[in-house]
Amino acid sequence: MKKHFKGMVAAGLTSATALFASAANAVEIEYWQYFFDARVTAMEQLIENFQSANPDITVTMTHFPYADYRTKVAAAIPAGEGPDVVQLFYGWLNDYVKAELIQPLPADTFPPSMVDEEFFPMVQAMKDGDAYWALPTAVRSLALFYNKRLMEEAGVEPPTNLEEFLAAAAAMTKFDGAGNITQVGVTAGMTAQDHHWWREGLIRQMGGEPYTNDYQTVNYNSEAGVKALEFYTNLFEGENPVSAIGFMDEPQAAFKAGRAGMHIDGSFRIGSLDKTRGLEWGVTELPATADGTRSNYSSYWVNAITTKAEGEKYDASVKFMEYITSDEAMQIWLDVVGELPAKPSVGLTEANANNDVYGPFIRGLAYANTTKFANESAQRQLMVEMVERIQLQDMSVEDSIAIAAEAEQKILDEYYSD
Amino acid sequence: MYRNLTIRQKQIVWAWSFLALPVIFYAVIRFYPTGNAILISFQNWNLLGDRTWAGLENYEKLWNDPTFWKVFQNTFVYLLIGTPFSLALSFLIAYHLDKLRFMHGFLRILYFLPFMTSAVAMAWVWRWFYQDVPVGLFNNILAGFGIPQISFLNSTTNALPSVLAPAVWAGLGFQVIIFMAGIRAIPTSYYEAAKIDGVGWWTILTQITLPLLRPTIVFIVVFSSIGFLRIFDHVFNMTTNNPGGPLNSTKPLVLMIYDTAFNGFDMGYAAAQTVVLFTILLIVSLIQLRLLRSN
Repeated sequence: MKKHFKGMVAAGLTSATALFASAANAVEIEYWQYFFDARVTAMEQLIENFQSANPDITVTMTHFPYADYRTKVAAAIPAGEGPDVVQLFYGWLNDYVKAELIQPLPADTFPPSMVDEEFFPMVQAMKDGDAYWALPTAVRSLALFYNKRLMEEAGVEPPTNLEEFLAAAAAMTKFDGAGNITQVGVTAGMTAQDHHWWREGLIRQMGGEPYTNDYQTVNYNSEAGVKALEFYTNLFEGENPVSAIGFMDEPQAAFKAGRAGMHIDGSFRIGSLDKTRGLEWGVTELPATADGTRSNYSSYWVNAITTKAEGEKYDASVKFMEYITSDEAMQIWLDVVGELPAKPSVGLTEANANNDVYGPFIRGLAYANTTKFANESAQRQLMVEMVERIQLQDMSVEDSIAIAAEAEQKILDEYYSD
Repeated sequence: MYRNLTIRQKQIVWAWSFLALPVIFYAVIRFYPTGNAILISFQNWNLLGDRTWAGLENYEKLWNDPTFWKVFQNTFVYLLIGTPFSLALSFLIAYHLDKLRFMHGFLRILYFLPFMTSAVAMAWVWRWFYQDVPVGLFNNILAGFGIPQISFLNSTTNALPSVLAPAVWAGLGFQVIIFMAGIRAIPTSYYEAAKIDGVGWWTILTQITLPLLRPTIVFIVVFSSIGFLRIFDHVFNMTTNNPGGPLNSTKPLVLMIYDTAFNGFDMGYAAAQTVVLFTILLIVSLIQLRLLRSN
């Protein structure tokens, strides 16, 4: 018995030594992202693949609820704790750079000219001067979801241009005896994704440009802006409305419940629509104008190397960044999370670009713009109020747009002044 | 050293060592953050970078911000409608419930239940009640009679009362219990004397019950005013898509603070708003405590 025990101790010690030996030349880096089930699963898979390719590097992932994310990052990095590679929303880049939380990507591994060429064009928002600060694994864009059953019942086809869009919406709208709308042709609400559709979609399609001077000057108080807003508000304000603000509480709820014919939303909605029982939905590109002009909006989360990463941790972080922005990683991200690849080489493969579900979103990336927000929620709120003034206070479209433009310019001026 | 102390001094040392715990707790959990918030209100800070001195900039911005004045007004509308309404309603219920013997306990539970329910759950249920057709309960009933629907939440005039109603209802149970305790505490001999003198119920109510309930009333007024000045969860949950909307018509001060801090990441400006709220609460409480003392 005693002999047996001795043997066990010896075996234990040997294996412990082996462990320590391998740990000695191993590098451990930390990766942080906010908690979203599918994203965590996808990242676990990426980390596993990365570690088997680089056995000397260990990546530990930590995730936080979205609400705490920014505070934790801000507190940890200056203290020398926290992540070596961090995920952040593209709109936060300026803040992270200014606060010296992240460092530029090395130009020898990520030459800007190569990134310009390989990634979809809107990723160039992450470039400052000669260096890229951060890169996405996946991007999102908008498309038009439609309810197949309601389309069939009304005898209409998925629209390709704005005229067909209005006709299809009208055909699918229903009222009750008291004159209340009980089924909308298309959902509406600036609180959801419509403010992006209006900003980067409709205004550009009407021949305008929502902002100038690298998104530092508001430019939608123009003829094109007014035309775009009139088009939008006519959906629920006109003689024959095809929509209603606040219908069934929120646009995606109405669409999920099968009470809305069409719904504009982002690629991130696919997962939850897939889980909705009894809903037969399809998706198509955002409607074009009569002359075929299209425009879309894209947003994304990026990964960056923090200022905390130094020496061998820095080298390991660069390797990890290289892997999570590779074609392979993007395909995994698409399959697991449903977010779109950030490079045409992955996105525009035969299988992906013609995919019934992802195809319309991916094709939309080619003509997508990315708004550089100073404070996205405040800027969205202005769009919400712009519509509310027209709807609830009978203000004219021109007056309301002027108020919104002035208020948004103030936010931008304040942000870029310091 | 401890040995050389007198018994009296030893007692003081012991008392303080026990008291140290709550004192430290208060200092760390209450006073330090309060002081820090006041400090931040004179700085600019976006949670990420360094804090920089801003002087009175944040307060100036607040003074010139039309949204702030709208929100300031809303906060007082919540207070000035909510407090008297809930006071009158809870007294009415308590007064009649006190006289009632049949199913007394059951009714009391029914009134108290909303107070124990989570405000978030309740706000979402009411949010559903208020929806337009085809989902909303109230509007479906109206539509059943062929009456056009009413915009409860998507209206600049109806939204605030609509949000306030469930908040009043939620606080009612607690106030009813307090009122009933107050009514029970009035010696029955007064009522017996009144009965012998043959006075009517109105005189009894206004000459005996209400004057003797004054401490109870003051307590409820203080308690519910602070509650309405700090209203947040009902508003936020009933208007999550457009917090405090439409057009800021339901936005209370606390919601504006939350929005500035955690959506705008403008901590200095949010702290300045917090200091203003703190001052309002302090003034209202001091006034009410003075009323209590004069009793």
